[in-house]
Amino acid sequence: MAMTGSGTRAGGLRRYYDVNGWLFVAPALLLIGTLMLYPIVSSLMLSVYSGRGMMMRFVGAGNLVRLYSDPVFWTALSNTIVFFVIQVPIMIVLALVMANALNDPRLRFSGLFRTAIFLPCITSLVAYSILFKSMFSVDGIVNRTMMAIGVMDQPISWLTDPFWAKVLVIIAITWRWTGYNMIFYLASLQNLDRSVDEAARIDGVPAWGRFFFLTVPMLKPVILFTTITSTIGTLQLFDEVYSLTEGTGGPSNATLTLSLYIYNLTFRFMPNFGYAATLSYVIVVLVALLSFLQFYAVRERR
Amino acid sequence: MSPRLLRRAGSALRYLLLSLAAFLSVFPFFWMAIGATNTTADINKGKVSLGSALSANIASFVAAVDVPLILWNSVKIAVFGTALTLLVSSLAGYGFEMFRSKLRERIYAVVLLTLMVPFAALMIPLFMMMASSGLIDTHIAIILPSIASAFIIFYFRQASKAFPRELRDAAKIDGLREWQIFLFIYVPVMRSTYAAAFVIVFMMNWNNYLWPLIVLQSNETKTITLVVASLASAYYPDYGTVMIGTILATLPTLFVFFAMQRQFVQGMLGSVK
Repeated sequence: MAMTGSGTRAGGLRRYYDVNGWLFVAPALLLIGTLMLYPIVSSLMLSVYSGRGMMMRFVGAGNLVRLYSDPVFWTALSNTIVFFVIQVPIMIVLALVMANALNDPRLRFSGLFRTAIFLPCITSLVAYSILFKSMFSVDGIVNRTMMAIGVMDQPISWLTDPFWAKVLVIIAITWRWTGYNMIFYLASLQNLDRSVDEAARIDGVPAWGRFFFLTVPMLKPVILFTTITSTIGTLQLFDEVYSLTEGTGGPSNATLTLSLYIYNLTFRFMPNFGYAATLSYVIVVLVALLSFLQFYAVRERR
Repeated sequence: MSPRLLRRAGSALRYLLLSLAAFLSVFPFFWMAIGATNTTADINKGKVSLGSALSANIASFVAAVDVPLILWNSVKIAVFGTALTLLVSSLAGYGFEMFRSKLRERIYAVVLLTLMVPFAALMIPLFMMMASSGLIDTHIAIILPSIASAFIIFYFRQASKAFPRELRDAAKIDGLREWQIFLFIYVPVMRSTYAAAFVIVFMMNWNNYLWPLIVLQSNETKTITLVVASLASAYYPDYGTVMIGTILATLPTLFVFFAMQRQFVQGMLGSVK
């Protein structure tokens, strides 16, 4: 701040300040410009072309028309939305509950619990997808255990039944990311002032009341941050479904996501870059829309 | 029920919940370790005790995969990628925070907006760019797009708010240049921030899948993640062998996390403040 003050007084200092500012950010801006902004713009331009490989012709809004009548696109879109609508809330609530349970100075083994619950998010998406695939096979450990304790009497075909395949994807993502989000809540819980919570406790407010009416409102900014990053992550879902289903998004497209469809259109089938670019903008629009809605929802209640 | 009994019950419930969560979180790791010692048939049957197929599994993995080369590919990408990301993104985070101007604030907003753009939207033009500059099937093509990470720039800018400005002013009076202040004062003071960023970026690079899957096409350039995925993508995968691969793909991140766990938690605390 001291620099700003002197900068306005002397032009030389101001220039020095500005030159240094640009020098520090220049390498990052150069890279973001060429490897993010340029591709974003050129993807938008691609989206008005269509054709196989490099033989493309201008189609204007033709790709949008094709999108509208493409049943596979609608399947991929609805799958992605189902994953997002069901998985994100479950995970955020679980992460909050666990962070709250861990945030008690009298709790024993808290370091051990924290590390264990965080551990899933260091695994590679591919490695854990493989582990889940083997645990959830028809004769696998999960079916056997659930039948042994009497939860069900028929094994579930997790990988070949369209409904259960979706459930498996949701279970897998929740396993991987709950601990990651929990760490953010835990970090901000530990920065919060505990005296308000203590006062409420002494006044006889029960634990659930303190959780909903004190803790959750105070964590709103972090909850917003994690909800938005989870939204982006879920809408981009690729690695897990790709490795759980050998890249097909099966059974019968039940786990096909938008990103996987884009990949298939670009690199698996005969490449159609223009149509794939149009699809990718569907994700951009969805992410922007949902992030805006989430911001708006939080602003409203303030 | 008396209040005291109620509190006891609540506390028991809390331990039960946390134990269950911890068990479910750790079980797949246990499954992976046990699986590496069992035959594929036993894994498919859900056997959860140690088997005797470990050496056979290792042998068939080594026969299928050039292990040193593949591991070296992964290490190279993760280490160089992470070092460059930390350097470039922390410079930018520091720059945006310490030298503010109206124009740079606007540019920063654009940088943050790129967080919303999914990788799928960049993938095709990026692939075409790499193809036209002859970088397909090279590790440079993997490292370059990951260096300027909007998320890490944001993270460093947030953390820089806690950097004491008096230190900067004092160093200026002592005649240090801006790059010297950054290198000799900022970097050492913020080391726990760097440690946390290191853990996050290393994992992102090590586990990266979609982009390497597209770019790395020959067997000599592939990373461990790609190799394991292709081993596992058979209709009836040989899980015994695959488990060896998943262990190799997981151990380095496990090691990095445990080696830097304390700094990681401190760094995360600093960034959310």
